[in-house]
Formats: sequence, structure tokens, C-alpha cells
Amino acid sequence: MTQWIDVCSVDDLQPDSGVCALIDGRQIAVFYMSQDQAIYAIDNFDPFGKANVLSRGLIGDLGGEPMVASPLYKQHFNLKTGVCFEDESIKVETYAIRTENGRVEIATVS
Amino acid sequence: MNTKQKLVVIGNGMVGQNFLQSLAESGIKDQYEVITFCEEPRPAYDRVHLSAFFSGKSADDLSLVPEGFFENNNITIHMGDRAIDIDKENQLVFSEKGLTVSYDKLVLATGSYPFVPPVPGHDRENCLVYRTIEDLEAITAAAKNSKIGVVVGGGLLGLEAANALKDLGLETHVVEFAPRLMAVQLDAGGGAMLKKKIEDLGVSVHTSKNTTNIGDGDNCFHKMTFADGEELETDIVLFSAGIRPRDDIARNSGLDIGPRGGIVIDNQCKTSDKNIYAIGECALWDGRIFGLVAPGYTMARTVVADLADNDASFTGADMSTKLKLLGVDVASIGDAHARTPGAMVYTYQDGAAEVYKRLVVSEDKKLLLGAVLVGDAAGYSTLLQYCLNGIELPENPDSLILPSRSDESVGLGPDALPMSAQICSCYDVSKGDVCEAIEKGCTTVPALKDETQASTGCGGCAPLLKSVLDSELTKAGIEVNTDICEHFPHTRQDIYNLVMVEEIKTFNELLDKHGTGRGCEVCRQAVGSILASYWNEYVLKKEHLSLQDTNDTFLANMQKDGTYSVVPRVTGGELSPDMLIASGQVAKKYGLYTKITGGQRIDLFGARVDQLPGIWSELIDAGFESGHAYGKSLRTVKSCVGSTWCRYGIDDSVGLAVELENRYKGLRAPHKIKMAVSGCTRECAEAQGKDIGVIATEGGWNLYVCGNGGMKPRHADLFATDLDKDTLIKYIDRVLIFYVRTADRLQRTSVWMENMEGGLDYLKSVVIDDKLGICNELEKQMQYVIDTYQCEWKTTIEDESKLKRFRHFVNSDQTDENIVFVEERGQIRPANEEEREQLKLTEEA
Ligand code: SRM
Ligand SMILES: Cc1cc2nc3c(=O)[nH]c(=O)nc-3n(C[C@H](O)[C@H](O)[C@H](O)COP(=O)(O)OP(=O)(O)OC[C@H]3O[C@@H](n4cnc5c(N)ncnc54)[C@H](O)[C@@H]3O)c2cc1C
Ligand code: SF4
Ligand code: FES
Repeated sequence: MTQWIDVCSVDDLQPDSGVCALIDGRQIAVFYMSQDQAIYAIDNFDPFGKANVLSRGLIGDLGGEPMVASPLYKQHFNLKTGVCFEDESIKVETYAIRTENGRVEIATVS
Repeated sequence: MNTKQKLVVIGNGMVGQNFLQSLAESGIKDQYEVITFCEEPRPAYDRVHLSAFFSGKSADDLSLVPEGFFENNNITIHMGDRAIDIDKENQLVFSEKGLTVSYDKLVLATGSYPFVPPVPGHDRENCLVYRTIEDLEAITAAAKNSKIGVVVGGGLLGLEAANALKDLGLETHVVEFAPRLMAVQLDAGGGAMLKKKIEDLGVSVHTSKNTTNIGDGDNCFHKMTFADGEELETDIVLFSAGIRPRDDIARNSGLDIGPRGGIVIDNQCKTSDKNIYAIGECALWDGRIFGLVAPGYTMARTVVADLADNDASFTGADMSTKLKLLGVDVASIGDAHARTPGAMVYTYQDGAAEVYKRLVVSEDKKLLLGAVLVGDAAGYSTLLQYCLNGIELPENPDSLILPSRSDESVGLGPDALPMSAQICSCYDVSKGDVCEAIEKGCTTVPALKDETQASTGCGGCAPLLKSVLDSELTKAGIEVNTDICEHFPHTRQDIYNLVMVEEIKTFNELLDKHGTGRGCEVCRQAVGSILASYWNEYVLKKEHLSLQDTNDTFLANMQKDGTYSVVPRVTGGELSPDMLIASGQVAKKYGLYTKITGGQRIDLFGARVDQLPGIWSELIDAGFESGHAYGKSLRTVKSCVGSTWCRYGIDDSVGLAVELENRYKGLRAPHKIKMAVSGCTRECAEAQGKDIGVIATEGGWNLYVCGNGGMKPRHADLFATDLDKDTLIKYIDRVLIFYVRTADRLQRTSVWMENMEGGLDYLKSVVIDDKLGICNELEKQMQYVIDTYQCEWKTTIEDESKLKRFRHFVNSDQTDENIVFVEERGQIRPANEEEREQLKLTEEA
């Protein structure tokens, strides 16, 4: 069953940029796209650079799909699906995320 | 089974080598065993660019021989061995070192030697010539102990030699026998204008002077005496009074020689012996010697064709030239002296601007026969094409040399040229050849150069090549997409102008007005850089935060494991013991790996993001500032120790480096900028490998621009000499802001320069002559950036709200467990995957 876990205040998010949350020992990158008022959550671990850095990448869109570019070697990951634009066989985990009363919450499935 | 014929080439100069290369590329290369005699101590080099030796090009840089050329093509070269005799009957060549080589075919490419008039004293010490690398070494050596230099001969080469003497810091004179300079190419009006311009540059010109004696001087090493009784004292005499063909071995072996020298050849470049050819400057065709390389190359190709039994003839060559002599543009085309019967002449002279132009046209005013341009040679390509291709002139031919008062362009577009028009005379590349290469897919100038060799010789044809390319691409409907990314239909330059003109201050404003979508890492960073260059606001200001890649966001460079490096500024590489100790203490406290960088400063590695503010506040307390190692901005100004300590130092290189680094620190640019200052020409700071390089000379500072190391190293170009400090700084201000405004994203100054139409000369005209009238504005903008400088780290640690970001997690104070170090050579380094596994196992156990 889905359980929403409190992460941080909405004010802790960085507009058009990312932060990293620690949930149940997992590192999750959280992005806030100000134009669309949208938030996304994906794994923080960069499968190419093998380091916990995706939350520190630049974000935007490619062909209309929201993406983050890894700060290490610049591969792009789809923020909605986690799929890598350059190599579709590589995918990082995505998580359901919402705001509730000024708080950011991420869903874990247990 | 040796059926190969023996081919011997005497002389491995420019033309000899070109012949070997043409042969190696031809279908008949395997029919010959090739042997060549090379008198000089090194194989062929680029004599045309010989003077570049003085601005730092080495003998290797000038070499014309690709690596492994002789080995790969099975050519035997006898280096440093001169052929001394030919036995035509038995087909043998004898060499100075005692070799005897037989031949089936012989090619003479012995070139020419500088003519030294037999005046008494011509063979005194420090009476020199200008033809080989050894000559230039002798000139450099002599100049060390000299103050004054005289060039005898005011022709093309004489003026080039005068330039060299001037650059070596000598008071320079030119003595010419004829009543005007460049008598071969210019008419009286052009010669007079050139003389005035050259004298304005500080070179004294003495025309109608016949040297009668060179003897001991009173104040200098020599005293020259002239027929009119006048005298001139000098330390060096450099003869450049014309060239004479090296025809002695041909003469001794009984080949036909012209009455005034030169080995007589026919249209197939054959001498009076059917097995012997002569090519290049030693050859006399139709009573003429051709003192340029292009005709020599045509002769070389003709011989290769003849050997292959193909039809080819040498039928003379165009001797038009365009040059920059002592910074003055000079060009001469075709029949400059109007010797053609019935020829008519138009002249245009602008005394104030010091421009002289003359057109020689046919009696019916339909054809251009010749032209002379002094002071402004911009019209050269167009006029040359009219002349060479017999293109009918416009109704008023003088419109070609009158300054255009309307917008109407009189230039001859590349479309008007026939396919046979020669674009590059050095390599005989026609418009047809260029178009063919374009069709094959060469859509850039570098690709065309590779494919056709056009523009790889003297470079004079580069603008024409580019315009042919542009017009062909446009015609083919190929639009070169120069948009920076899918979010902005603009180039970086366009965006810069939009920011400037519309006073746009944020990315979102720009995106709203001129872009689509949400941006990406390419446009965000590019716009972030432009906004920073122009407005110079704090880069972590809320509106700009999303434009910075991680390095700029955390003001540190991310390493492979997600940790960061810390590089404080060490201006000019100068660091006091106290500061050195302080950086060591910080490193020790935080357990960081330390290394001296290639940029003369100290790098501390292995800092976690949460440690950065602590590290930096301690560094700032110790007096350090951000080093901007993370930014596309000024990195370091490297220095050598200079006059303060070094026994050779001419000026205070460290002092200037510190001043420059403090002036330009924080300047954001399309790419990183590196500088260096050396205290003398030994160049220990490697200034010629930097974007901006400065070298101290006796006369002031020499400024070099647009060099770099890295992937594709490029020597910087000498931009201006003997500057006082104020002028130097003014020029650097202007060059840098002009770069910031006009370069593409991530384009170093070297590539910027190489893509700039008009290249170095154009940059000089913008920065030194203020051709665009923007110098004031450029300086003002630089001053604004300097006035608004802040240490980004200082601003950051003073702002609580900014420090919030320097945590690995928003919701926890834990650190990243993935960061694991091991020890090596007494310091930390990131653990590799295997070591990580190992560590995990031990922990679990
Ligand atoms: C630390 C240092 C190596 C060292 O241990 O000595 C270094 C380290 C890096 N260099 Fe460098 N370069 C360092 C001196 C140089 C030099 C030598 C110099 O400056 O005299 C050069 C050649 C000179 C030049 O740039 O013209 C140099 C040419 C490059 C290039 C190639 C640039 C080019 O135009 O081809 C890159 C790649 C780039 O910038 O795109 C590069 C990029 C990098 C990056 C940023 C690569 C990266 O993205 O991780 C490295 C990160 C720096 C860090 O983490 O702090 N580094 N790099 C040197 C820092 C100097 C400093 O004090 O700031
Ligand atoms: C400073 C300078 C600037 C110039 N600028 C230009 C320019 O802008 N444009 C232009 O078109 N031209 C220019 N020239 C002229 C150009 O360099 C010559 O036209 C070209 O080098 C001629 O080539 P070559 O092979 O005939 O002679 P060279 O290049 O002189 O080669 C002849 C070679 O043969 C060797 N040799 C001679 N005799 C013997 C022997 N018996 N045995 C073995 N080896 C022998 C010589 O040592 C020499 O190495 C310039 C020349 C100089 C010196
Ligand atoms: S460049 Fe010249 S002044 Fe500087 S250290 Fe080297 S020798 Fe000394
Ligand atoms: S004309 Fe000299 S390189 Fe083309």
C-alpha cells in the first residue's frame, strides 16, 4: 500500500533546480520546474558516472519532455519516466511525489 | 628484376619538395627510384613564412615535409650534401661528400641566392643576407649587440627584412638604389605613398642611394658611404638587393644558360638536355625568372605530367602579389606600369587616409590590365579576378577604386566568377575544384582546406574561398544551423545582443520573449554566462541559480566521485609562506588531497559538498579569494620570476601578472581565459601558449593573443609590440570584451580567431584602429565588470540562506555514504569499485 512520506517544506525546493532527499536509506533527487509548477522525483545515483549526483544537474526539456542532464558526463534522463535519452536501455527509478499543505511528500510502496 | 628508372632531384627547397610530393601522389611513383640531394642541414621548409621564425616559429613548425614522408615513399635523401657536378653524357651526378649517382632523369631545383653587390666591404662581419634559417639565426645573433640596422634594397624582400630588424628592436633604415620602393611592382605614386607610410612607422627610407663603400664606423660597427657623398653608420648591413638563379652546376655541365643567368627551359620545363628538367627559381622561361613559389609549383606539376606522358605545359604565371609590409597593405596586379599599348590609367589618392590606388585598363575600357593598391588592398581579390578571367569591367571602371559612397557594392560576387577562375594560386585550385569538394560534402573552410589544399599556402585566398563556400551553400539551400539549441532560434552572438539592447536581466525574461520550452543545460549555461559577463551579478542570485552547472552552483569543481575540489586564487603564482602554511593547515584539518596545478596554484581535492563552506571561510580568513577554477572565466595569470630576481629579467613580470589577474578576475566569458607574463624572451611563463600573453622587451611589453594549450595547441599571435602598460591594458580590455561579445559558446580565443573573417588583421583594426568605433564602449564595459567584482565565496558564506544548499540531503544531516577514500602515496584518493566492494565486505564481517 502507498505511503506518503514527508520530505521537506516547499520553500526548501530550488526553482528550476534540484535537491536530494534521503528516504529509507535511498537517495532521491527532487526537482522543481517553476514554469509548470511541476515537481519530479528520481534516483540520485548516476548509473554512468556511478556517483550520487543527479540532483545537482541542470534541468529543462528536450523535445518537450522534462529532463535532467547529469553534471558528470551530461547524459539526459527523462524526469517523468527515468529513461536515459541517449541510451533507452538505461533507466533510473522514478517516484510519485506531491505537495500537501506546503509540504513535499514522496510515496513509497511497501 | 630492377626495372625502375632512376630519378635524381637536386635541391630540396620549396619547389623540389613540392615536386616530390606531386610525384608521390601521382600514378607513376612506382616507376622511379628517387634520390634527392639537399644542401641545407634540414629538409624543405616554408621560406615564404620565413619571417615567422622571428615571432617564435621553430624550424620544425616551418617544415614542409610530413612526418615519415621520405621513408614512406622510398625516397633517398642525402642531407647536407651538395651536388657539385653533372656528367650529361654518362648521366651521372657527383656530390661534395663524394657520392656518384647515375640517373635516367634529372630535375634541377636549386633555387636562387641573394645577390650581394660587390661594394668594397660587402664581406665584412655582420654583413648578412635573408634567405635561410641559418641566415636568420645569424641576424638574431648579430642583433643582440646592435642598435642600428640597414637593409640594402627596398623591394618586397627588403621591406620584409626591415620589418624583422625593427621587431628585433633595432633602429631601422632602408637604402634603395632606385628612386622608389618596390620598383618592380609599384608605380611612382604607389611607391611614394608606401615610403610615407613606412617612414611614419619609424623606419627611415633613403631612395636613389648608391652604396660605394662599407668601412669601419665611428659610433657603430660599420659606416656606409654613398655615391652622393652622404654617410650612414650602422651595426648590421642586410643585403636584399635581388636574387640570382643558382645555375652554376648547370652552366659547368654545358646546359644552356640565359645571358643574365638562369637555366633555359621550354614549356615542358626541359633544359637543353632532354633528360634534364629545371624548375623553380633557378629556371629561365621565355627570358624570365619567377621569384614566387606558385609558378614553381606549376612547373613541378608540369614535370610530373611530362614524366607520365601526359600533356602539360608551363605557359608563364601571374606575378600579382598582395602583401602586408611593415603593417601596410600593398598589392600589385598584372601590368601595373601600364606598358600595354593604348592602356589607360585611373588613379585615386586619399592623402589624409594615406591610400593610393591605380587601375590600368585596356583602350576600350572593357578589360582590367593591372592595378596598384597601397594602404588599402581590400579590393585585391575582386580586381585580380577581373584581370585573370577577362571579366568585362563595369561602365565606370573607376567605381572599383573609388570609395563607395552609397550602399551599392561594387565587389564582384563569387557567383560572377567562371568555374575556371583560380581561387588559390599557391595550389592552383579553381572555383570548379572548390565546388566539387563542396558537393562531396565539405561544408566548412577547414574541410575544404583538407580536401583541396586551397588556402594552405600563403593564405591570401582565404576570404575568397570562404565567400565561394558561403555562396555555394546558400545556392544549394543548405542552411548552416547556428542556433544554440532547440529553445532559442539564435546564435550566442544574437542572444548577447538581445541582452544588451533589450537590457534583459534574467533567463526567464529572455525565454519568454525570444525562446520556447523550458530550456536545457546548453542554453541555460550559455545565457547564464552572457548575463554574468554583461551584468556581473552574483551568480547564485535566485534568478540565476538554475543556469549554473554544478561547478558554478557550488563554486567548486565536481570530481568523479561527486566530491569537489577547492582552488583558491594565487595571483600571478605569488604566495607568501603564511598563506602557503594556511592552505596546508586547511587541507590537513579537512583531510584533503593537495596538488600543485598546472596553473601555478594549489588544488585541494576530496571535499564533500557540506564541507565547502567551512573550508572556504577558513581560507578567506587566511586572506584567500575564490580562484574561479569552476567558471568559464579568467583562470590564472601565470608568471615567471622576472626582473625582481632573474638575472635576465627585463621587467617585473610578477608585478604585471598580479595586476592583470586582479583586474580581470571574475570576468565570465564564452570559455575559460588564461594569461601569462614573461620577464624576457626566454619565455619561462609560456605566454605564447595563452589566450593573452605578455612578454617584456627593452622597448616595453609585447602582447600576444589567442593561444592555448589543451587538445589542439595554438601559438598565440603577436598583436602589438613595445607597449607601455596603459596601452597594453587598454588593448587587453578591448580584445577580451570583443571576445566575450562575439565568440560562440565554449569557443576558446584560438578558435574564435581562426573563424574570424579577416583574422588577426581584422582584430587589430577593431582593437587598435577602432575601425568599428566601439573601443570606448568595450573599455567601459570592462571597467563596469572590474568595478562590480566580488569574491563569490565571500558573498556566499556571509548569506545564511545560500548556505542551506551546501548539504547533501534536504531532510538529513547525514553525508553521502558512496564517498569512500583509500590512501595512496600518503594522501587520499577516491576508492575504485573493487576497493569499495572490499571495504563493504570487511564492514559487514
Ligand atoms: C587542476 C588542473 C590539473 C592539475 O592538476 O594541474 C586541471 C584540471 C582540469 N582541467 Fe585543465 N587543469 C589544469 C590546468 C590546465 C592547463 C595548464 C595551464 O592552465 O597552464 C591546460 C592547458 C592550457 C590551456 O587551457 O590552454 C588545461 C587544459 C584543459 C582543457 C582543454 C582546453 C582546450 O582549450 O583544449 C580542458 C577541457 C575544457 O576546458 O573544455 C580542461 C578541463 C579541466 C577540468 C575542468 C576537467 C573537468 O571537467 O573535470 C579539470 C578539473 C579541475 C578541478 O577539478 O579542479 N583543462 N588545463 C589544472 C588547474 C589549473 C588551475 O590552477 O586552475
Ligand atoms: C623571406 C622570404 C619571403 C618570401 N616571400 C614570398 C611570398 O610571400 N610569396 C612567394 O610566392 N614567394 C616568396 N618568397 C620566394 C620563395 O621562397 C621562393 O620562390 C621559393 O622558395 C623558390 O623555391 P625553390 O625550390 O626554387 O628554391 P629554394 O626554396 O631556395 O630551394 C632550393 C634549395 O636547393 C638547395 N640547393 C641549391 N643548389 C644545390 C645543390 N647543388 N645541391 C643540393 N642542394 C642544392 C638550396 O640549398 C635550397 O635548399 C620569399 C622568399 C624569402 C627568402
Ligand atoms: S622568462 Fe626570462 S625573466 Fe622570466 S624567468 Fe625566464 S629567463 Fe628569467
Ligand atoms: S593563394 Fe596562397 S594559399 Fe591560396
